[in-house]
Amino acid sequence: MYPVTELIKNLADQHGRSRHNLLPILQGVVEQERYLSEFSMIEIARELDLPASEVYGTATFYSFLEYKKMGKNIIRICKTITCSMKGKNQIVKTIEEMLKINVGETTPDGNFSLLQTNCLGFCHKAPAMLINYEVYTDLTPEKVREILTKYINNKGKEV
Amino acid sequence: MAMINLTINNKAIQVEEGTTIFEAAKLNNILIPHFCYMENVHQIGSCRICVVEVEGGKTLMASCVTAATEGMIVHTNSERVRSVRKVIFELMLSDHPKECLSCWRNQNCELQDLGNLIQLTEFRYEGAKSKDVIDSSSPSIVRDSSKCILCRRCVTVCNEIQGVGLMNPHHRGFSTFIGPSEDELLGESVCTNCGQCVLVCPVGALKEKDTTAVVWEALYDKTKTVVVQTAPAVRAALGEIFLYDPGTLVTGKMAAALHHLGFDYVFDTNFAADLTIMEEGSEFLARVKNAFTAPGEKAVLPMITSCSPGWIKFMEHRYPDQLDHLSSCKSPHMMLGALTKSYFAEKMSIDPANLFVVSVMPCTAKKFEITRPEMYNDGFANVDAVITTRELGRMIKDAGIDFRNLADGEFDSPLGLSTGAADIFGTTGGVMEAALRTVYELVTGRELPGVKLHIKPLAGLNSIKTAEVKIENPLPQFKFLNGVTVKVAVTSGLKGASVLLDQIKNGTSPYHFIEIMGCPGGCISGGGQPRPVNDAIRTRRLEAIYREDEGKLIRKSHENQDVMLLYRDFLGVPLGHKSHELLHTVYTQRSKN
Repeated sequence: MYPVTELIKNLADQHGRSRHNLLPILQGVVEQERYLSEFSMIEIARELDLPASEVYGTATFYSFLEYKKMGKNIIRICKTITCSMKGKNQIVKTIEEMLKINVGETTPDGNFSLLQTNCLGFCHKAPAMLINYEVYTDLTPEKVREILTKYINNKGKEV
Repeated sequence: MAMINLTINNKAIQVEEGTTIFEAAKLNNILIPHFCYMENVHQIGSCRICVVEVEGGKTLMASCVTAATEGMIVHTNSERVRSVRKVIFELMLSDHPKECLSCWRNQNCELQDLGNLIQLTEFRYEGAKSKDVIDSSSPSIVRDSSKCILCRRCVTVCNEIQGVGLMNPHHRGFSTFIGPSEDELLGESVCTNCGQCVLVCPVGALKEKDTTAVVWEALYDKTKTVVVQTAPAVRAALGEIFLYDPGTLVTGKMAAALHHLGFDYVFDTNFAADLTIMEEGSEFLARVKNAFTAPGEKAVLPMITSCSPGWIKFMEHRYPDQLDHLSSCKSPHMMLGALTKSYFAEKMSIDPANLFVVSVMPCTAKKFEITRPEMYNDGFANVDAVITTRELGRMIKDAGIDFRNLADGEFDSPLGLSTGAADIFGTTGGVMEAALRTVYELVTGRELPGVKLHIKPLAGLNSIKTAEVKIENPLPQFKFLNGVTVKVAVTSGLKGASVLLDQIKNGTSPYHFIEIMGCPGGCISGGGQPRPVNDAIRTRRLEAIYREDEGKLIRKSHENQDVMLLYRDFLGVPLGHKSHELLHTVYTQRSKN
């Protein structure tokens, strides 16, 4: 059995196998794997006895359910208006330079993916970003460099 | 039921609690312009065209999903409603290629109908187009996403009516598209090719794969003898394309039109429907005999009919371990094709290589069926092309044939004669009734009891229908059946099929014989039939089919003289060696996703 198949089976045991248990299972796979591969979506469909097309439709609807291969750490920078006005572009540029990737890409070592996201609800502390489930606010290029260095020194593991 | 009072367009009206504003208006002869709404099938307010103004409400409301409430004051035609409706329509068009003259739905398009009501003079909102994928991988259905207006009717029929669950919305907002998942092609998916999505698509986003060009080419080819056959359900619906009322039988005109189109022989699939009954009935009796006289062996009952290729593919994907329950009979038009290229070719001394067989079918799945490797004999495809009822209508119009003024024509011999039992193949319950007419008589030597040979509980549009037939005083060779009550079930639409198949899977199925048709109502509302299709139209077509049956002198398959001749001269006996070679098939286990 593939590890992800086992993971999916365990998640289904934990959450149940009805249609309404689909979301927590998708979230559980994303938590472990960082993204939903076609293989995992078909495995989930099989485990829950749902059409694969429905699993795919659900997975692609939600922003935080990634369906393309992602790095171990996913950086999401808020792209909405307040963060934009307060220097989001500077932040993006700093990260792009540090990691040598553009928005939407993953580092060759598979440690980081850089994405933009809609409002994180931290307009009062703009600009803001998420790394995995951690929020970082009041960002400046210096601050971002510091944060990322910590992640890099930890070899891409959360600190 | 509690009644509530409301006012629509200054008219005081009273409706039952729970009625939507749309229905309340309709009941009082107020027609609210609408688009995605399909009565009792699809009411999710996805298109917003049916918006109305409710006094005191902050926003306009989609009338098809808003329940009428006591004291509500509704305006369906206020200035605000009309201008918003227009903008919604304009926005819909902003992401739609307006290439109507090169669209197959031209003049037969619900978006055009809406445009006829709203009357735009300019396109104000031209912008980016969100989709441009054309998927023509399936032999049955073509999906042109650029024309899709995201009404989700196909999603409803694929998920809720058919239970296939392939058509679904993916992504979100402007990037939304409807279909199988991103890189999955219809032709490689679990799609059953039933075409119910094609039937409800209001625009040109889902269509049958057009094979009229291939047929024209064969007709113009001097070296080819072109044979055409028509399914029972076509004659009950083709007339609608030529503006006859639903339920008008056009059997004679259809045969005449096919001769006019230049087909060399016009045969009737109904002939093979009678033949199917002989083969399938014999197969059923063989299985029953096994069950009652050889208790040690595992008898595979219930036996399930195999005429509907959409149903067959569904079964192969969903119930791959239960395939031995399927009758091994090919569907009638495949049988007729196989016979045309063997029996008929031999009789007429035509080289089968020069025979081209066209089937006119109410069905899109038949287009897939003819591509199955099992549907070849001696290296020749049993059937070379399938066109739907709609495609035949287009060919007749294209050829300039004045259909309404045609004198009635006839089917050709020797594969054209059929009985009433074959006619009812076109509707849900028909194959079962036809089979029982023959099986009962073979077993008891007496006619099937029932008014006009009908088994009433098996007719109609209910999802699952059941009946019991008690066998008393059978003929000596069937005395093991004395006192046995034969239990049968009939369903149409794949959701009902799942219910019956789950019973088989769990070992709780009480039935001996099950008829399953892939489309709700059977072939009369197959994916290749004229639009629109709703229960009222289904009922009219169904009644027409029974009229055709009752109008025939011979109404039992085993009394078809030409079928008997075929057995005498060519096939031998039902389930004989030649039958097995030409008329029976095998099934393939397929993956679930």
